[in-house]
Amino acid sequence: MYEIVAESAGKKKLKAGDLTRAMTAKYGDSVSRKDCKAAIKQLIDSGRCVYGYYGGSSIELPRTEGAANE
Amino acid sequence: MADDLKIPLLEELEKGPWPSFVSDIKSVADKSEMARDLLRQLEKSYEDKRGYWKHGGLVGVLGYGGGVIGRYSALPEEFPGVSHFHTMRVNQPSGWVYTSKALNEIMDLWDEHGSGLTNMHGSTGDLVLLGTRTEELEPMFQALTQKGWDLGGSGSDMRTPSCCIGPARCEWACYDTLDLCYNLTQEYQDELHRPMFNYKFKFKLAGCPNDCVASQARSDMAIVGVWKDEIQIDKDAYAEYIKDGFNVKEYVVDMCPTGCITADENDIEIDDSNCVKCMHCIARMPKALAPGKERGAALCLGAKAPIVEGALIAQVIVPFMKLEPPYEELHDLIERIWEFWDEHGKARERIGEFIERVSLATFLEGIGLEPLPQMVKQPRDNPYVFYEEYYAEEDEGEDA
Repeated sequence: MYEIVAESAGKKKLKAGDLTRAMTAKYGDSVSRKDCKAAIKQLIDSGRCVYGYYGGSSIELPRTEGAANE
Repeated sequence: MADDLKIPLLEELEKGPWPSFVSDIKSVADKSEMARDLLRQLEKSYEDKRGYWKHGGLVGVLGYGGGVIGRYSALPEEFPGVSHFHTMRVNQPSGWVYTSKALNEIMDLWDEHGSGLTNMHGSTGDLVLLGTRTEELEPMFQALTQKGWDLGGSGSDMRTPSCCIGPARCEWACYDTLDLCYNLTQEYQDELHRPMFNYKFKFKLAGCPNDCVASQARSDMAIVGVWKDEIQIDKDAYAEYIKDGFNVKEYVVDMCPTGCITADENDIEIDDSNCVKCMHCIARMPKALAPGKERGAALCLGAKAPIVEGALIAQVIVPFMKLEPPYEELHDLIERIWEFWDEHGKARERIGEFIERVSLATFLEGIGLEPLPQMVKQPRDNPYVFYEEYYAEEDEGEDA
């Protein structure tokens, strides 16, 4: 999941559903929605990814956003 | 008031008989640089006829994807007090019942970590704390949670469920709105704090069809208290209304939308099979009439405000469900709805728009519900409907 988020950085905003679908496509029935939910939770809680919001919520790499002031 | 605060255009909004947010913010401008610069920046917006806010999409607290709405001034050097001006949404208690002690505690924290300005309440229901800096978000969050509070929802998640005051003060409540609101909040903590949907999903809980929280216009799932049996009639109380000169025909019988009430000076009768539970008769004669004894709720789906696409009103999806702890039947249905919407919905597509796009029939099949007459949202406006399959089967039958 982290690789997918990293590859999409700056190109496409990915939602939790996009990551879940990508994992299902890759691993088939051996991965459940519950597994994906837990994996996303781990990515966020570890600080490797963060939630973003630009019209809809997405999962992104941590960064300083353009709008931020000093 | 601060000497350098010159805001003549905003001060126009203090004139007239109404409360003014300008007066409120001015009252703290002396002690809060944020409040002062908030007014100054808004005055400049009025002068220049444009806004000076920038959206911040990444600020938040660790682990949560909701509860903080990032905002920065586009003119930070001119208005340093609002260089950062993030909003924090705090999950309100069921029915918005606070103690003075709790409110004082929150305001002390907000004076310490933020602007001291609030909005009671936001339209989703949260207690909205207006204006803080990025570096104050985590300390404020920690301080709030130590006092037993939590952030509410924002973004593409389950928004903070909200409810009417229900059985705490209202005898018309057909289920315990306060308890169910708390239950949904606790049951779906991940969905509340970790955005995982196509777009937002709101629950609003009304104890009876009076719908004091306007759930049927403002929430993706409206849970509206209803009864299944007959309206309760107190004949002695009815006699009192007549004795006091209350005009039952004008105010009740003639106003009933389905004409299911007959009444004279001696008696009142209701044809409950034709009652649509509009609550009008009960509201006009609360001492004589009351909701029935077999109580539960109707579940309605799909309302939304006009953001992205047009506004929608909710439609019935379950005409009656008994709602008692542990609410397993409701949880099961909610999860089936979310799963189908998640799988087949588009980004930024609310559940009401999704149902319109895929059709009610497809949606019902997807979540495993049988179609019912109560689900009809409006009369059909196209008379040209051809039942080709029906005719084909009939023809085949004739041939055989």
